[in-house]
Amino acid sequence: MSVRPAALISHPYGKPVLAALLLLPFVYLVFCVTMDRLGPNPAEALIRSSGDWTLRMLCLTLAVTPARVLSGWHALARYRRMVGLFTAFYALIHALSYLMFDMEFVWAAVGADLVKRPFIAVGMLAFTLLAVLAGTSTTSAVRLLGAMRWQRLHRAVYGIAGLALLHFFWMRSGKQDFAEVAVYGLVLGTLLGWRAVRFKRK
Amino acid sequence: MAFTPRDRGYSHKVPSDITPQSTYRSRRTLLTAMAAGSAGAILAGWAARDARAQMARPGLRAGLAAPLSSLAGATVLEPPTSIQDATSYNNFYEFGPDKSDPARGAVSMRTSPWAVDVEGLVRKPGRFGLDDLLKMAPLEERIYRLRCVEGWSMVIPWIGYSLQELIRRVEPLGSARFVEFVSQSDRSVMPGLRPGALEFPYREALRLDEAMNPLAMLVFGMYGEVLPNQNGAPVRLVVPWKYGYKSGKSLIRIRFVEHEPVTSWVRLAPQEYGFYGNVNPLVDHPRWSQATERRIGEGGLFAKRRKTLMFNGYEPQVGQMYAGLDLKKYY
Repeated sequence: MSVRPAALISHPYGKPVLAALLLLPFVYLVFCVTMDRLGPNPAEALIRSSGDWTLRMLCLTLAVTPARVLSGWHALARYRRMVGLFTAFYALIHALSYLMFDMEFVWAAVGADLVKRPFIAVGMLAFTLLAVLAGTSTTSAVRLLGAMRWQRLHRAVYGIAGLALLHFFWMRSGKQDFAEVAVYGLVLGTLLGWRAVRFKRK
Repeated sequence: MAFTPRDRGYSHKVPSDITPQSTYRSRRTLLTAMAAGSAGAILAGWAARDARAQMARPGLRAGLAAPLSSLAGATVLEPPTSIQDATSYNNFYEFGPDKSDPARGAVSMRTSPWAVDVEGLVRKPGRFGLDDLLKMAPLEERIYRLRCVEGWSMVIPWIGYSLQELIRRVEPLGSARFVEFVSQSDRSVMPGLRPGALEFPYREALRLDEAMNPLAMLVFGMYGEVLPNQNGAPVRLVVPWKYGYKSGKSLIRIRFVEHEPVTSWVRLAPQEYGFYGNVNPLVDHPRWSQATERRIGEGGLFAKRRKTLMFNGYEPQVGQMYAGLDLKKYY
């Protein structure tokens, strides 16, 4: 039996199935929180894990278009928004975990932390931009802004990728532990580099 | 006063009226406090003993039981961290940067035979085998707070004795002003010994008077058993009023020197990690606040952070050593 990928991608169940898959890390985190399975420092584990998943979702979001162009499966385009919204969703969990468990919602402490830790400021900026993109992800927002302006706005995701990587790099620089940073750097660099090359050729 | 004696042969007020109320009240308060204080000290011992007795002994390692220390400040009453957490959430960079790395990797470290070279400005230098060290002074159990510079803390029942027991035996010369502690570094079992980050072997140091403070402890065990490898087996330092990085693990050399040694963390990031490393809620790390800490195992995810205590709560025992020292400058 042979299944054509293009047919799978166009299948009406495609979106709900992918949504369920992308929700699995969240389900796992909820399971860990409720069953006290986050290890000795649960707050730290939750903050780091949600950050890791945000980065992974971001890579996936940025991989949709290259995959579509390189494979010729143009139906992939209809998944792009959903994957992007999942990135924003995991970023929201990441930011909320930080505010709740690290800062205990003491806003003065958050303000001091933004100044003291540049990587927090960078992360906050990336999250804010991501929230703007999520907020303008609806079809009506595209209509309202006009396709050109909407697209220009949503190119901010490239900047977000850079900020997210810088945030992760700075976080790990305390221990000079850059192995994972290098992996994400390579993936994001490839995905953005592909776009740069394509843009030049046009 | 409603009560008046009818006939006592002479007119006299009741004793409680002769002594002013404020005086006998305060005397009673004092007596109550004294009774509670002495009882408290005994009860404190019992409570601490109970706290440990209630912990599940994993029985994974050889037992190393010791009586509870009677040293002032050496047995905090906060509940000890679970041994599971204390042995799985560690910083031991020789085995990798992640806190779960040491528990996985340190099992391959050989801790027998083991010897510690004591050298430098001492009258009686020498190489001490682990057995010599274990017999050098009576072992005792102390329950110390442990505060990591990263902002988390534990409470751990250590077994060992005051470092000064060893220092006295090797008789430091008058010129010795600092003590340096060098940790094991063995490429064959320590994947974390990569170039570019911390310099290994790991080096830490104390001023001689700090090292002589009775709270500074040479440790061989925890939770009633010999030290697990990830916690610094077979012998380590524990300096409870300083951030954890000051307490070197798996020691192989103790050197007495005249000048302040450049320790591993100071060499890597002098603006972030000072020679002193005293726990101080008022002096922040350049990249984060030190005002509060997360107590590992306390209430899970939703537990409130604790306020960090000056000198980790050991100010009565160690504060005088730093009188007049600018703690913002000498962090």
